[in-house]
Amino acid sequence: MSILVDRHTRLVVQGITGREGDFHSRAMLEYGTQIVAGVTPGKGGQSAVDGRVPVFDTVADAVAQTAANAACIFVPAPFAPDAMLEAADAGLPLLICITEGIPALDMLRVNHVLQAKGVRLIGPNCPGLTTVGAAKVGIIPGDIHRPGPVGLVSRSGTLTYEVVQAMTDAGVGQTTCVGIGGDPIVGTTFMDVLEMFNADPQTEAIVLIGEIGGDEEERAAAYCAREVRKPVAAFIAGRTAPPGRRMGHAGAIISGGAGTAESKRQALQAAGIRVADSPSQIPALLREAGVR
Amino acid sequence: MKLQEYRSKEILARHGVPISAGEIATSVEEARAAAQRLGGPVVIKAQVLVGGRGKAGGVKLAATPAEAAARAGEIIGLQIKGVTVRTVLVAPAARIANEYYLGLILDRGGRAVTIIASADGGVEIEEAARMNPSAILRLPLHPLIGLQEYQVRRVAFFLGLSPGLRSAFATTLHGLYAAFMESDADLAEVNPLVVTEDGQLLALDAKIVLDDSALFRHPDLEALRDLREEEPSETAARDAGINFIKLDGSIGCMVNGAGLAMTTMDLVKLAGGEPANFLDIGGGAKADRVAAAFRIILDDPSVRAILINIFGGITRGDEVAHGIVEARASLGRQVPMVVRIVGTNSAEAAAILHAANLITADSLDDAARKAVAAAGSSG
Repeated sequence: MSILVDRHTRLVVQGITGREGDFHSRAMLEYGTQIVAGVTPGKGGQSAVDGRVPVFDTVADAVAQTAANAACIFVPAPFAPDAMLEAADAGLPLLICITEGIPALDMLRVNHVLQAKGVRLIGPNCPGLTTVGAAKVGIIPGDIHRPGPVGLVSRSGTLTYEVVQAMTDAGVGQTTCVGIGGDPIVGTTFMDVLEMFNADPQTEAIVLIGEIGGDEEERAAAYCAREVRKPVAAFIAGRTAPPGRRMGHAGAIISGGAGTAESKRQALQAAGIRVADSPSQIPALLREAGVR
Repeated sequence: MKLQEYRSKEILARHGVPISAGEIATSVEEARAAAQRLGGPVVIKAQVLVGGRGKAGGVKLAATPAEAAARAGEIIGLQIKGVTVRTVLVAPAARIANEYYLGLILDRGGRAVTIIASADGGVEIEEAARMNPSAILRLPLHPLIGLQEYQVRRVAFFLGLSPGLRSAFATTLHGLYAAFMESDADLAEVNPLVVTEDGQLLALDAKIVLDDSALFRHPDLEALRDLREEEPSETAARDAGINFIKLDGSIGCMVNGAGLAMTTMDLVKLAGGEPANFLDIGGGAKADRVAAAFRIILDDPSVRAILINIFGGITRGDEVAHGIVEARASLGRQVPMVVRIVGTNSAEAAAILHAANLITADSLDDAARKAVAAAGSSG
C-alpha cells in the first residue's frame, strides 16, 4: 500500500514532446511508471520517447484510447491552467502539475473548478511524487529512494531530495514521498497528505518538510495533535531568512511575526512532533520514535 | 513586485477610486511649483518602496509653496532604510474626520482573494489584527463570481459609514477589486481611506504588490519596476535568471532550489557563520548560470568564502564540477570555495574539484562547517 500512485497508475504526460517532458518521461519509464500516453496538440498520431509512448492531440483522446487515470503536466506556465482544466474535463481524477510560475489568480480559478469536480491536484510548482518501487510521477530522482515505512510530504524540491537521500543513506525507507509545491495556491495541502498517510496501513511514520511563509505548517501541527497517532518528524527551512523578502518560492515570504520558522517550529513541537535542526538529523529522530 | 504609491494611485484612479490629486516632484523647484498649482496646504511624501517612511521623516506637511519647497528639500536625498529618496509626491493635505483601512489580499490559506477592512485606519493593520481581531473584517470573495453587492454593503455597515457615503464606497471597493484582478495583484490596499471634514471619501495612500508570476502578461506594469531601489546585484541576478537576495554575512551561498538554499543558509548560521546571500541557481546548474552566480556573489566585498551546494539528482555531477572549475578560472577575485555535489558521478565530480584545489564536503552539515572555517581563516 501507499498513497496517490502505484503500479496501477496509468499516466498521461501533457507536454511530453517538450524538452522537460521528454527528459523526465524517460526517467519515469526507467523507474517503472506506466506512461500510457502523451499529449501535444498538433502532434496526435506521432509517438514520443523513441516510439515508446503514443501521442494524442487532446487529453480526451488519450483517455478514450488508453484508459489513462492520472496526468503529469509539463506545460509552460501561460498554458498550464488550460492543461489542468483539460485533464479534469477528460475525467482524470489525479493531476500532478510540475510547471512553475503560474499566476496565482489563475490557480484560484482552476483550483475551484477542480475541487468542485473532485479532482485531486498535486502542485503546481512541485517535484511530483514517488511511491517507492512502484511509480514515480514528476522529476524526483528515482535512485534516492529506498522502500520502507515512512511517508514524506514537503513544500520544496531539492530540499525534499536532500532529506530523502539522508533517510536512504541511514537505511530508513519510504512508502510515498510527495512534493506538494511551494506556490501560494496549491491543490493539495500538508493536511490532505497527512490524512492520507494517517489512513495508509503501510505508512508507520511521517516526515514533514516545511518552510517559512503562510500557516500551512501550523495547521498541519494542529491536525497532527488532533488526529495523527503515528510518529512525525519535521524540518522547517528559513530560520535565517530576513522578514518581508521573498526567498524564491512565491510561498516563502514572511511578514510581521506570522509564518516565521520559529513560530512553525514551536507549533510543531507543541503538537509533539520532533523538529530537526538539519535535514541530516531526520533519520535519527525517526529511529528515536521507533521506526525500524 | 511592489509599485510606488503614486503608480498605485494612478492605477486605482483609473478604476474610479477617489484619489486626492497630486503631482510628482524630483526637485525643490518642482515641489514648489506643484504646491503652487494645487493651492492650499500640501503633504510631501517620499516615494520609496521600503516601509516606515513616516517615522524616518519622509512625510511632511507644508502650508505654503515656500514651505513645500523647504520640506521637499529635506526629504529629497534622505536615506530611508538604505534607499535614497529621489521622488516625492506633493498632494493636497486632507482635513480628516475618520480613517479606515481597506485592502484586498490573496489569502493562501483560505484560497481566495479576501477583503480586509477596519475602522482603525492609518495604523499597522497587522498590529491591529493582533491586538483586537474583532476590529478587522475578513471577507473571502468567490474565485469565479467575484465581489458581490451584499459584500460591499456588509463592509460599508461594518465600517459604520453614513448612508450618504455608501454609493461612493461601492465605487471605491469595486474599483479596488477591478484594479486587483486586472493587474494580477497579490495585494491592493488603501490605508488610510478617509472621510474628510466636508464628508468626502478619499484614498490618501495606496499600495499595490503585483504577482511576479503574472508579469509576463503585463508588460506595461513590468515597465514600472523601479530599478534604483534594488540592489544592483539583485537586478543583475534577475536578468541572469537567478533568484538572489543580498544579506549581511561573509559566506556566499550558491544552491539549486529555494528550500535547499534557505536550508544551506540556516546550516551556515548553525555552524557559527553568517550567510552573505540567498541564491537559487535554478535547475540544471548550467555553466553560464554558475559563472553569473560567481560574479554576483563576489561583487559583495564582505564575502570571504563560497559554499556551493548542488543536489543534482539526475544532473551529472561531473558536468557541474567542470562548470564550477571553468567559471572559477575566469574570476578576478579568489576566495576559498567549499563544494558539495550530490548526483550521478559524484565520485568523478569530487576528483575534478580536488584537482582544482577546491574544498569538497560529504554532507551539507560538513560543507557548512568547512565554509565557516574557510571564511574565518581567509579574513
